[in-house]
Amino acid sequence: MHNHENAPHLHEQHFNTPVQEYAPEVKQLVLDYTLQLADTSFILGHRLSEWCGHGPVLEQDMALSNIALDLIGETRSLYQYAAELEGKGRAEDDMAYLRDTVEYKNPLLVEQPNGDFGDTILRQFIFDSFHFFFLKELQNSTDHRLAAIAEKSLKESSYHIKWSSEWVIRLGDGTEESRKRIEKAIDNLWPFSGEFFMMTATEKALLEQGVIPDYSQIKQSWDAHVAKVFEEATLAVPQNVWMQSGGKEGRHTEHLGFVLTELQYLQRTYPGLEW
Amino acid sequence: MNKEEKIWQYLEDVSDPEIPVLSVVNLGVVRDVQVQDEEVQVTITPTYSGCPAMNTIATDIRLKLLAEGFQSVRINMQLSPAWTTDWLSEEGKIKLEEYGIAPPVEDGGDIHALFGRDTTVRCPLCKSENTKLVSQFGSTACKALYQCNECLEPFDYFKCLK
Repeated sequence: MHNHENAPHLHEQHFNTPVQEYAPEVKQLVLDYTLQLADTSFILGHRLSEWCGHGPVLEQDMALSNIALDLIGETRSLYQYAAELEGKGRAEDDMAYLRDTVEYKNPLLVEQPNGDFGDTILRQFIFDSFHFFFLKELQNSTDHRLAAIAEKSLKESSYHIKWSSEWVIRLGDGTEESRKRIEKAIDNLWPFSGEFFMMTATEKALLEQGVIPDYSQIKQSWDAHVAKVFEEATLAVPQNVWMQSGGKEGRHTEHLGFVLTELQYLQRTYPGLEW
Repeated sequence: MNKEEKIWQYLEDVSDPEIPVLSVVNLGVVRDVQVQDEEVQVTITPTYSGCPAMNTIATDIRLKLLAEGFQSVRINMQLSPAWTTDWLSEEGKIKLEEYGIAPPVEDGGDIHALFGRDTTVRCPLCKSENTKLVSQFGSTACKALYQCNECLEPFDYFKCLK
């Protein structure tokens, strides 16, 4: 949605929660963090959208696409906010289509390939178990816009976490084959589950400002939920796993470059192209 | 009738592009209408954050009001308080059921409870309450897919969002 000067789009939108007054250094932190949240939902939403038309059954194909849509919706609100905070005339599409891999700050988990249905379910379960409890706390942020976006997305997220939790149980306590698949997914993806809770310098500074919640509390809720679901799924929670990190600081696995190549192709090839 | 009241009446003619029996007013997405110095400000809220109908709704509202002679129309997007199915009007719920979509049911359960029981949803065709959830995610973000165990009708359920 590029908005050209003096030519309002038919569907131009204005948010009625204005950008708060921040000292310049705090504003930069909030901007960086908003982009990090947006990148996270965006890359996972894009990954899920790759399933569209390839789901194992029609209902689950639709579930994957619905969740993708919710995440892209959350992304749009966040990128629009980031663009407003920045105040340099960029719009949500510029944020999505014209930033390179090192500028993307999503945790490594969400850029991991879809793999099989077991991999996708486990990736989603790890993410939802963070996202749901995180949004619950972010609703209390001193940043009014982030709080409003969290309030909106939490309702949607409550459907996501139910869906992915039920599927972990079904696959773990299902057939020999389904169990083998989900156990393989746990081996592959568990090292990416810790990054959500490792605080970057930006996050530590924002915690002090009251903008973001304390992740140690969210980690407790995450642990309790994972333990409960895995117990019902008759799966073991991995212990003492080396945790990967770096995504939130722009150091990515090779997968993100391929995601962005596909997703940014049109804007890179035909700059400024519009529908 | 003042200008605001007139605008609310015009908005009754703007329908939801996915569920054309509902107006944007029935749906509860129009939160506020203000007229100041010939500029109309309509505040709307998304049902779901990724709902692709929102752009169309904003455009349709703008076009309707321009067609009614207003010169300047501004659409504001409000995220908080977040839309809830409680804002769907009673008239809207009746229209939904007549259209073949089961309206949201108050089940008293906490949506944030992770493993709640499934809601009892009445079949819009034969009115039986002996129905089953097929998929929590349906043809659009706001709907789940159900099937009636009595008449076998598969139907959309406008799911509860709180």
